[in-house]
Amino acid sequence: MISIQGLRKVFKTKTNTITAVDRLDLDIQDGEIFGVIGYSGAGKSTFVRLLNRLEEPSEGSIKIDDKEITELNTNELRLARQEIGMIFQHFNLLWSRTIEDNIAFPLEIAGVPKAERDKRVEELIRLVGLAGRENAYPSQLSGGQKQRVGIARALANNPKVLLCDEATSALDPETTNSILDLLVDINQKLGLTIILITHEMHVIRKICNRVAVMENGKIVEQGDVLDVFLHPKETVTKKFVEQVMGNGEEDDLEQLLAEYDQGNIIRLHFVGESANQALISQLAKKYNVDLNILQGKITQTQRGAYGTLIVQLLGNTDEIDKAVQYITNKTSVEVEVIRNVK
Amino acid sequence: MLNDSNIKIDDLLEATYETFYMTTIALVGTFILGILLGLLLYLTMKGGIWENKFLNFIVAAIVNVFRAIPFIILILLLFPFTNFLIGSIRGPNAALPALIIGAAPFYGRLVEIALREVDKGVVEAAQSMGAKTRTIIFKVLLPESMPALISGITVTAIALIGYTAMAGAIGAGGLGSYAYYSGFQRRDFDIVFICSVIIVIIVFIFQFIGDFISNKLDKR
Repeated sequence: MISIQGLRKVFKTKTNTITAVDRLDLDIQDGEIFGVIGYSGAGKSTFVRLLNRLEEPSEGSIKIDDKEITELNTNELRLARQEIGMIFQHFNLLWSRTIEDNIAFPLEIAGVPKAERDKRVEELIRLVGLAGRENAYPSQLSGGQKQRVGIARALANNPKVLLCDEATSALDPETTNSILDLLVDINQKLGLTIILITHEMHVIRKICNRVAVMENGKIVEQGDVLDVFLHPKETVTKKFVEQVMGNGEEDDLEQLLAEYDQGNIIRLHFVGESANQALISQLAKKYNVDLNILQGKITQTQRGAYGTLIVQLLGNTDEIDKAVQYITNKTSVEVEVIRNVK
Repeated sequence: MLNDSNIKIDDLLEATYETFYMTTIALVGTFILGILLGLLLYLTMKGGIWENKFLNFIVAAIVNVFRAIPFIILILLLFPFTNFLIGSIRGPNAALPALIIGAAPFYGRLVEIALREVDKGVVEAAQSMGAKTRTIIFKVLLPESMPALISGITVTAIALIGYTAMAGAIGAGGLGSYAYYSGFQRRDFDIVFICSVIIVIIVFIFQFIGDFISNKLDKR
């Protein structure tokens, strides 16, 4: 477990002092994918660099598996860092080394003998799906492939924690998804804890279990990704949620009601696992109603689907009532009746 | 035309060999000393791994002073030091200390520039893996800046060839000496001419080798 208490980082320049990270408290469980989101300048990058002391904390405590990172001397810190992998926005590979040798680099640092090194490198290359590219140089790879090398390199010494500093921010959306899939895959296969810094809510939504929202060096909101999506409290969090879900739905509700002036209109809230059931087709089969999806957006998180559908129900009033009863009582989908025709 | 030439082939070959000898040995010395100076400048600079204002100031001062002294005067200044080190102030060996001390600060600055060009993120990545400073120097900084280090030493080599000619004029031997004593002073200008041609060829050879190695190493 990673336990952070009162963590603070102050940068002093000649003219002023900037508090990049301000008395931060955070607990991160073993094996979870923890996301930290914030706009640039929020202090999230500084925060993740404090964890392996690429930046020296000004005050506070960082405990990784009960080892107090802030109290380690230079040599102990070096050894501790070998157990904390890190990947970067710009990959930071050595252009002068082949893919193989880049991945072997942390093993050389840890003093692993040559034969063992070769074996481990081969495993890692397979794990990240780069077989056949062993002898290429980084300049010959695409961005996504470079990040795969970065991930293999970070995993070389079997770390317990993987720090991702804007690891997908330099990649296109499709490559981002494949890298995120890889991260989930290694998280499940190897059970390592991943701490992920990003400014894209999409990344959080797709792979994180829990999320912390940072603003001005502080964590303004944190919790399960689904909870934060459902009930964002702070303005900044709402903005991030809108990144994924879009907004302005309510504005054209009036218009919707006017346009579809028949039948009942309900709003369905999908919260977590429930969306796995094929709700709409079940309703259509069980009850004599016609369902017309007017508007909506469903998105997938690590804890299941989340989103809203606005549905028009046409048919016999009794049947409609039964269908609504069914949703309310038998599923975990929340129903909100917008228009009820009696 | 060639029959009444004053050029003695044996002397010319000897002089060419001496120039090669001085340049090559001095180049090796300059490479080592220059990398040391460049690393010291880079590591002790503001934000460097061994950030040290005082040491950085001292090294920078030494480098600047030796770069400021014209080479022909530097040789004269170093006469006592050379005499102590080599036991003589004449001949190709006697030129080596002055050549190295004259060229290394220049190369040191080029090394510093080359190291500054190394991606800071890569150094940081190595630190995040728990690398020692020694590992960072030998496995990150030097390999990652190698093409620039090689083109730097090529530029320095060409300056060194010029220096050996100057050193030759005050008794170090080599093509400079041959051109000056056997050519210029006896008004045998064909010797001056042929020496110039050979020096130009040597410069071309060094430039070609340098470019070739630098391109070969660059995988960016």
